[in-house]
Amino acid sequence: MFKFFFVAFKTAKDMLQRLFKFKGGVKPDPNKTPSLQTPIGLAPLPALLIVPLHQSIGGMPNPLVKAGDHVLKGQRIGDADKWISAAVHAPTSGTVLAVEERVAAHPSGLPTLSVVIAADGDDEWMERTPVDYAALAPEQVREVLRDAGVVGLGGAVFPSHAKLTAAKSVPMEDLVINGAECEPFMTCDDLLMRERAEDIVRGAGIFRDLLGPQRVLIGIEDNKPQAVAAMREAVEACGENFSVVAVPTRYPAGGAKQLIRVLTGKEVPASKRSPEMGVQCFNVATAYTAWRAIAHGEPVLSRIVTLTGNVEEPRNWEVLLGTPLKDFVALGKPRADTSSYLMGGPMMGFEMPSLDAPVVKASNCIIAGSKALFPPLPPEMPCIRCGACAEVCPHELQPFEMYWFARARNFGKTQEYNIFDCIECGCCSYVCPSRIPLVQYFRFAKSEIWSREREKNMSEAAKTRYELRNERDAREAAEKAERLAKAAAAKAAEKKPEPDAAATDAPAADAEAAKKAVIAAAIERARVQRQQSETALNAENAEAQSSQRDQE
Amino acid sequence: MNFTTPPYLTQNVSVQRVMLQVLAALLPGIFVYVWLIGPAILVQLTIATLVCLLAEALMLRILKKPLRLFLGDGSAIVTAWLIALSFPPLGPWWLIVVGCLFAIVIAKHLYGGLGQNPFNPAMVAFAVCIVSFPALMSQWPPIDLKAGFADQLALIFGHAPLLDAMSGATPLDALKTALKLGEGKVSVAAVMSDANTFGRVAGKGWEWVSAAYLLGGLWLWQRKLIGWQLPASFIAGIVLVSGGLWLWNPGQFANPLFHLFSGASMLGAFFIVTDPVSGCTTPRGKLIFGLSAGVLAYLIRVFGGYPDGVAFAVLLLNLCVPLIDLYTQPPIFGMKGGK
Repeated sequence: MFKFFFVAFKTAKDMLQRLFKFKGGVKPDPNKTPSLQTPIGLAPLPALLIVPLHQSIGGMPNPLVKAGDHVLKGQRIGDADKWISAAVHAPTSGTVLAVEERVAAHPSGLPTLSVVIAADGDDEWMERTPVDYAALAPEQVREVLRDAGVVGLGGAVFPSHAKLTAAKSVPMEDLVINGAECEPFMTCDDLLMRERAEDIVRGAGIFRDLLGPQRVLIGIEDNKPQAVAAMREAVEACGENFSVVAVPTRYPAGGAKQLIRVLTGKEVPASKRSPEMGVQCFNVATAYTAWRAIAHGEPVLSRIVTLTGNVEEPRNWEVLLGTPLKDFVALGKPRADTSSYLMGGPMMGFEMPSLDAPVVKASNCIIAGSKALFPPLPPEMPCIRCGACAEVCPHELQPFEMYWFARARNFGKTQEYNIFDCIECGCCSYVCPSRIPLVQYFRFAKSEIWSREREKNMSEAAKTRYELRNERDAREAAEKAERLAKAAAAKAAEKKPEPDAAATDAPAADAEAAKKAVIAAAIERARVQRQQSETALNAENAEAQSSQRDQE
Repeated sequence: MNFTTPPYLTQNVSVQRVMLQVLAALLPGIFVYVWLIGPAILVQLTIATLVCLLAEALMLRILKKPLRLFLGDGSAIVTAWLIALSFPPLGPWWLIVVGCLFAIVIAKHLYGGLGQNPFNPAMVAFAVCIVSFPALMSQWPPIDLKAGFADQLALIFGHAPLLDAMSGATPLDALKTALKLGEGKVSVAAVMSDANTFGRVAGKGWEWVSAAYLLGGLWLWQRKLIGWQLPASFIAGIVLVSGGLWLWNPGQFANPLFHLFSGASMLGAFFIVTDPVSGCTTPRGKLIFGLSAGVLAYLIRVFGGYPDGVAFAVLLLNLCVPLIDLYTQPPIFGMKGGK
């Protein structure tokens, strides 16, 4: 009875929470009901696992194992490289078959370095060591999270430990926990909140302790009433004072910046990082894995993935990372007319080029598509400047202007119109009556700008090196010429004591020696110049090759 | 691999649907037109539609663009109807043909086709014809025209030389001429008391056509096909200038309601300034565009040499659109408040 009133009071308090609005956004059909009928299922152990090393934004982890090694479940197989990077672990026990290039879960279908593990069926854990994080320094807690592979599981896979430091000059005011899940079809966060709410709340508690915000806000779209209720109960049970707020359902309310705006009123532009405005945002699944890593010593080995669309049994599964997609989609029994598989939601996801690719940390949803579900787009018509795209852009940009400039390859103007503020949410393409694939034009413009910047940086570096080398060689040549001239002069001076022959010979010998010195210096300069141009060319080639490697 | 790109969901919209809804919004106005003025407008509408579609097909062929896709988008038909509704209904058939050809071939396709025209094609047609054939463009049928449909058809196709006897100035034009001739001694009220030409608020019969355009325009706004900025600011522009002058000298200047329901004011407010391709795109820009077009239309109408100024006002503002757009770009998410 008392609990009822308490919960009711907290609910009322949360409902009075002032909500802001973000401009724009669209309301596509949610299509979430089919996959909400059953609780999260545990996907069976596959025979073969392909674990890519590069599963987060940032540097590629260094492999710690090689072919033939036996690994235990949870053993680290990839070490975080530099600060913006996260470790990768073996999802089950077995033998490493190879560490080689395998097709990545990426629209390009390009290969990426992966650890291929043959499961031995025992699923034997390594020794797990829970951590008492209160006793550790914040820096150490962050390292634990990095070495446990905790990254943003909302889709952006940014290493979470790098987001757990408040800005030096701005105190952290708001910690936002993102349970909005605005993409249609996706329900993995919804079920995670319904079934494992307490672990999420405790994970949020860890983030709260590391960042020290004044308040913690958990934002959930209002089309998930059970999840809201479950989270409120969990907050109660954990004795925390987090606010669980139901936000209006509108895509993309789950975008970090949009949710921050709705819950706190702050607008974070692309040019600023959110801690600089005293706010930080984490996905609910990230908070969950952070708690499992700290309190149970379990690194990130699996995630909840929604399998839905043109399948007989749409459902959410807890899948081991590295499970090949063809094994995973078989669980849902895809129908015969399935023509494609999307990874992610229908607004921002991409078509998988191959089902040989594995489930990775970024895979939040797999949608089996068919011609009926996702009909092919009609041909692109010219833009009639109707402005529908500008009305729905959640960042209040002018998509049609960026489109015209991107088409004209006027990339300077696209930047004037803030193209890098575009979050590629797809709202503009969704409403365009001319069916222009606007997001693709913006991606094209962004990648062109980046590649031009790279080229510019490369050529500037090469130019600086060339100039420095030129200077040094010129200096050396001058010194050498001086030395030779001195030596020749010294030789001439030695011959001077013989007056008769010297009288006539000396000037001739002098002239001779001087001439020889000049010729020698000239030969030296020519040789040096030839050497310079060769080395400069070699340096540029080496740069080009190494930067190409960096891109992958 | 058939490479597809997100988003995989789209709203059920197309250029064709937008154009068809604009045509639907014009129907009330056409209906009242036929009922009160006469069925000749239907002939003009038919001629205009046919000529526009043929001209578009010809240009698409010459420019090697896909015929079915572009002919089917309905934009040529919208241009055709707007031209037919702005031209006198009893004008000769070739007048409309010239107008349509100018609109489609020159104002639209020579600039690049759909989405590329800097000027409103229907208004280009109107401007070219009124400058080239001022007499023909100023002859409108009186409200109590006794000629039957057969006679009207004959007029249009050039078989009856009695055009002068049958048609006269628009109520707007009539008022202007009367005031000019009266040299200050005749008042607006006196001129408008002539019940043959003037109805309750503006021209007899014509005021109902304008009201029907207003109805259609409000429906378009409710369907979110046009925003409120352009019609509201255009109307405000007319009301502000006409109201100001009327309050200052009611004897010489007609009241705002007259101006709103005469000429092409309502048609202009909802169907002409709202052309997305040639107009402003930012919300503040639309307000500036509409307001300036309204003020200019009134000034040309009252102080200029033409019976109605909407066409020239719109064309002049079309010239300013890039500049207005540049200076009215709204601040983006996160960049407001000068932070």
